[in-house]
Amino acid sequence: MVKVRIPSPLQKLTDNQVLVTGKGGTIKELIDDLERQFPGIKGRICDEDGHIRRFVNIYINEEDIRFLNGEETAIKSGDEISIIPAIAGGETDV
Amino acid sequence: MFDFKEDQIERYSRQIILPQIGGMGQKKISEAKVLIVGAGGLGSPLALYLAAAGVGKIGLVDSDKVELNNLQRQILHTTIDVGKPKVISGQEKIEALNPEVKVVTIKKRLTSENALNILEDYDLVVDGSDNFPTRYLMNDACLFQKKPLFHAGILRFEGQVMTILPHQGPCYRCLFPEPPPPGLIPSCQEAGILGSVAGVIGTIQATEVLKFILGIGDLLVGRLLVFSALEMRFHLVKVPKNPHCSLCGENPTLNELIDYEEFCLLRRQR
Repeated sequence: MVKVRIPSPLQKLTDNQVLVTGKGGTIKELIDDLERQFPGIKGRICDEDGHIRRFVNIYINEEDIRFLNGEETAIKSGDEISIIPAIAGGETDV
Repeated sequence: MFDFKEDQIERYSRQIILPQIGGMGQKKISEAKVLIVGAGGLGSPLALYLAAAGVGKIGLVDSDKVELNNLQRQILHTTIDVGKPKVISGQEKIEALNPEVKVVTIKKRLTSENALNILEDYDLVVDGSDNFPTRYLMNDACLFQKKPLFHAGILRFEGQVMTILPHQGPCYRCLFPEPPPPGLIPSCQEAGILGSVAGVIGTIQATEVLKFILGIGDLLVGRLLVFSALEMRFHLVKVPKNPHCSLCGENPTLNELIDYEEFCLLRRQR
């Protein structure tokens, strides 16, 4: 199990929870698990082809997965995952 | 030695006394020329702290007028300023706080046509904007002109801060390659911001600006600071320079400024 930090624009989908838990061996599997728990969340994080949107980043602890193995990056129990989108005052982004 | 008048030494005494600042540092601050884009939630603490510290010249860019719903967070403006251009209201407050600061008001929206010209007269740029088109425009313009950019974004109970030193560290496009496309944004009405969050984040930006001017400490270069007020948590994540960045990567494809379409319907209607 890993902890996942949900940014404000997505908290409506997680019942206003900031911190949720999820499972999976990779980021891709984790996103699918989040989608099972919080339907609709995947479409906000990923585009139609299932790739993470270009204004959303996912970090394992403090590392950006784009500079690791992208969506295939392995995660292990105890990791802290952060979903961080671009934000601008007054406008929602994801 | 530094040619300060007595009242200047008195005014700045609590920072001149800091060994990292001293008379030499105060001189650097008084010679600095800072452009603040946006005289709103972030621009307010920025303008006030930078003016108070004695920044020599402050340029304020904003095309809006003060509205009643701004006052919950934009502490540069007061109730009697409603209806007044934000840059004028801002100039009045800065001059009242510190008459030594030269204030330049630019009552315009930053565009691909005017950005490079406006930036030219300043050493560095601070992002106090509230929208993506201006943010990306500023990032690109600062990179082309090799001007440091002090970025921040705020939403609801959250904020992000990063300092961009063109070519030396990552730019905003290294972090987020593209803004969200128009049409994807459900509604601006569900957004909102706790006023004090703008204060926290704008104050961190002002601190970064002063550190840069003074040449002290470690800047938020290659690191994004993420603030969550609800958790009361600051979190740093790494931001590597992206070799594939379309602006500052190894094979850049962007070589001129572009205007992104506004994607907030509410804003368009105004």
